[in-house]
Amino acid sequence: MRVTLSRALQERIFEQMEATYPNEGGGFLLGQVDADLVTIVDIIQVENVFAVEEQHHRYAMTPQDWMRLEDEADERGLSLVGYYHSHPDSPAIPSEYDREHALPNFVYIITSVMMARADDMRAWLLRFDRGSFDGAALQIS
Amino acid sequence: MAKVRIPTPLRAFTEGAANIDVAGATVGEALVNLVDQHPELRDHLFNDDELRSFVNVFIGDEDIRFLQGLDTEIAADESLRIIPSIAGGRR
Repeated sequence: MRVTLSRALQERIFEQMEATYPNEGGGFLLGQVDADLVTIVDIIQVENVFAVEEQHHRYAMTPQDWMRLEDEADERGLSLVGYYHSHPDSPAIPSEYDREHALPNFVYIITSVMMARADDMRAWLLRFDRGSFDGAALQIS
Repeated sequence: MAKVRIPTPLRAFTEGAANIDVAGATVGEALVNLVDQHPELRDHLFNDDELRSFVNVFIGDEDIRFLQGLDTEIAADESLRIIPSIAGGRR
């Protein structure tokens, strides 16, 4: 699976993640899926609703966020193709907590933010057996 | 029959269909009918016989966890919606 993201959208994600540091931030990825290519055409920042004291290592959205943005994507002729979040002072590698809450066919983009600077971004996909993630080729265009 | 709206990532397991007609008098029966029709959904919705913690089922604006859960009775033309809770974290 390949995932393409524009440089401008990557910059927006990096700016958001640096602004939310030392807490985690995130949002939805809207785009299109064509065979093994996922094209991200927009990102929607979504508030972290986890308890404030846990936000340094946790990120969550509400089900209402999902409903609202899935409907918005449908109206725009797009799909919810994934979500992004940050790992402050940790690598851009999915945690066990990420895996337990993940769905297949959904792109997980993780940004590592080290000392308030976004320095790594990787894309992941959950295997169908839910056992682990595979890395996806992330192309910044 | 009731309808269940499938979240985008799981439509790969319903041949791309966003809405599936299901039989059942309760939410639980409807979901069992759903996974009987599309068995690949089962592991992503259920952990044994329990809904996975990040899987929410809504009737309109109401989360079934605040009704009677899987025992919530539904009308023949009810519209259900499966909504994943998005969550993550570095450890």
